[in-house]
Amino acid sequence: MSDKPEKLITDNGLRLDGRRADEIRPMKIEIGVLSRADGSCYLEWGRNKILVGVFGPREAHPRRTQRADTAVIRYRYNMASFSVEDRARPGPSRRSIEISKVSREAFEPVIMAELFPKTAIDIFVEVLQADAGTRTAAINASSVALADAGIPMKGLITSCAFGKVDGQIVLDLNKEEDNYGEADFPVAMTQDGEITLLQMDGHLTPDEIKKGLELVKKGCKEILEIQQTVLRKKFETPVDETAEEAADTAETENKVVEEEASLEYASEAAVVEEAIEEAEELKKEISEETAAAEVCSAEEIPEFEELEEIIEEAETRVDEEALEEVVEAEIEEEAEEEAFEEEAEFEASFEASFEEVSEPEKFEELEAEETVSGEEKMKCEPEEFIEEETQLEEESGIEEIASEEVFESELEIESEAESEKELSAEEEVEAEEEVEAEEEEEVEAEAEEEVEAEEKKSEGPWKVVKDPSESGSRGENNE
Amino acid sequence: MDKKIVIPGDLLSENTKKAGYGTYVKNDKIYSSFCGIENLKEDKVGVIPLAGAYVPSVNDVVIGIVIVVTPSNWIMDIASPYDGLFHVSEYPRRVESQEMPEILDVGDSVILRVKDVDSSMKVELALRDSNFHKLKTGQIVEVEPVKVPRVIGHGGSMISMLKKETNCSIFVGQNGRIWIDGKDEDVELLSKALRKIELEAQRSGLTDRIYNFLKNERIRQKESKPVKFFKSEKKDVKLAEEDHPEEIYRKIDVLLDPKN
Repeated sequence: MSDKPEKLITDNGLRLDGRRADEIRPMKIEIGVLSRADGSCYLEWGRNKILVGVFGPREAHPRRTQRADTAVIRYRYNMASFSVEDRARPGPSRRSIEISKVSREAFEPVIMAELFPKTAIDIFVEVLQADAGTRTAAINASSVALADAGIPMKGLITSCAFGKVDGQIVLDLNKEEDNYGEADFPVAMTQDGEITLLQMDGHLTPDEIKKGLELVKKGCKEILEIQQTVLRKKFETPVDETAEEAADTAETENKVVEEEASLEYASEAAVVEEAIEEAEELKKEISEETAAAEVCSAEEIPEFEELEEIIEEAETRVDEEALEEVVEAEIEEEAEEEAFEEEAEFEASFEASFEEVSEPEKFEELEAEETVSGEEKMKCEPEEFIEEETQLEEESGIEEIASEEVFESELEIESEAESEKELSAEEEVEAEEEVEAEEEEEVEAEAEEEVEAEEKKSEGPWKVVKDPSESGSRGENNE
Repeated sequence: MDKKIVIPGDLLSENTKKAGYGTYVKNDKIYSSFCGIENLKEDKVGVIPLAGAYVPSVNDVVIGIVIVVTPSNWIMDIASPYDGLFHVSEYPRRVESQEMPEILDVGDSVILRVKDVDSSMKVELALRDSNFHKLKTGQIVEVEPVKVPRVIGHGGSMISMLKKETNCSIFVGQNGRIWIDGKDEDVELLSKALRKIELEAQRSGLTDRIYNFLKNERIRQKESKPVKFFKSEKKDVKLAEEDHPEEIYRKIDVLLDPKN
């Protein structure tokens, strides 16, 4: 132990560690440091180092400690033997039992213990390094750990001490001030300023206490802000990461969405994009009727304004380009028809020539042999040629006619097919829009029922859950 | 993000009639009692907690593990501060107390429904339906009970996606116990995915994220497989011959698994 310094407060009003009278020591809080605890917190306040673990609500043991109507709160303040300069004797001491008791009582007004009858909420405080004001530091840390554990509370508890040093009221004493000062006065309060812990060690006048309590209120406000920012940050951090990651992976995700555009997991925007793309693809086949159908279907679901707008855009595009497309398509069709006719002619002639080569020749030969049996071969040949040519002409003519007929029928078939395509396209468009509508509905419904689903989780989602008994041998045997 | 994080003591509303879950009223104002996400609705203000224990309520479906067999009850651990009582009379047929361990012994897990919870938190359990759901295969993964809605997803979107992508059977108990069964690698993948869901529960677009995660894992699996094949080409042949013992090992594993 160092000897008492001559002055605890210098002439210019600064304390030994350079603080002013109304300043607290720097505080650092970490949440979720213990993996096995339900809630945990590590707090450094000046040279204090506190580790808090919160367990529960859990079954209270021994059973006789249980309360039928409320949870019991158990607070254990323990100083590690190495936390102070001279080794502290391990185990509970008079001091630590007292601190445990008053600290527990500081939390009882805010913890909604009545929600968990027959249980226990355990708060374990380990002081790893002590430098005056450990009980206040422990309360601040426990408050954060309780919130981390998801224990319902009416608010956070903050705690801070004031004291009298060299006849002056100062906030948040450090070791020297505590040891050689005249008074130490720890206070814990809710965020509304309701005091839940108040102790005094030393002598103070009522005026000094009033002045000190004002200081403490200011100090607690500062601490509360630190606690709140830490708690908010713990749960907000991943969301921020999401935004960054989303920015990073936006392109890749988009690619994925494009690849698996038909999957139901594609996001809303992707669905709309998809719709536009498909609308563009279908433009060639979309007639005015389909556009009308689109209008109808769009009018049927006026709620989805965004979708409507998009569809309207698509429609306008379609309307503008539809005529052009139709004209182009007609021209193309005509061209195709011509090409077809040419092809058909060619094919016909080709087939004719083929037939001429194969069947007619033999036929002619047979005929020739039958009819002109008596004639000589030398005479036969030119006649055959002539006959062949004439027949060829006739046949090719017939074939041409036939092919034209066939072609016409083909055309009819094609046109039918096209109309079918159009129909199917219409259906597709309608179906898609229905799907979109459903998806939009789902999205909205999700947004609305988001929490209903979470609160009434016993309802809907369970129907989806596959019954393990249905999985046959992998499930269980019914006896 | 539009989701507002609230912490205990945050003012939510000044309209007392709107007080919902996770809130309390003081001086005609509504305050939050949890660390969680503010849940604003037209007629209610609530808080969705981000942590907390499972408190059983009537008609919840849970997965319980037998901890004690008494002459007339099975006492079940339901991952909650309160133990559940499953009375013999709830069993479809009459059972003598000597036979009870044959039907359910300590360590067995069953899917049950919470039949009743009284004011002193005595939890009575019953069969979910007329069938008896003892879990003999598969494994149980535990997640935080507050994250169960995330595992299920909106309208079951997450769970159906998981089922489709991993080809596993899944059953989610409301106490945070999740029973999964399937091929070994599928189960492994699924439990990884569940861990991820638990870690990233408060993120938006979670289903898409998990879907991509599963896809990537699958791709990685596929990439790593051919390498293995080339390396252990000869061994593969041997393994094929030793198919029988492997099956036995699996059976032994199932028997040794304390959760079965």
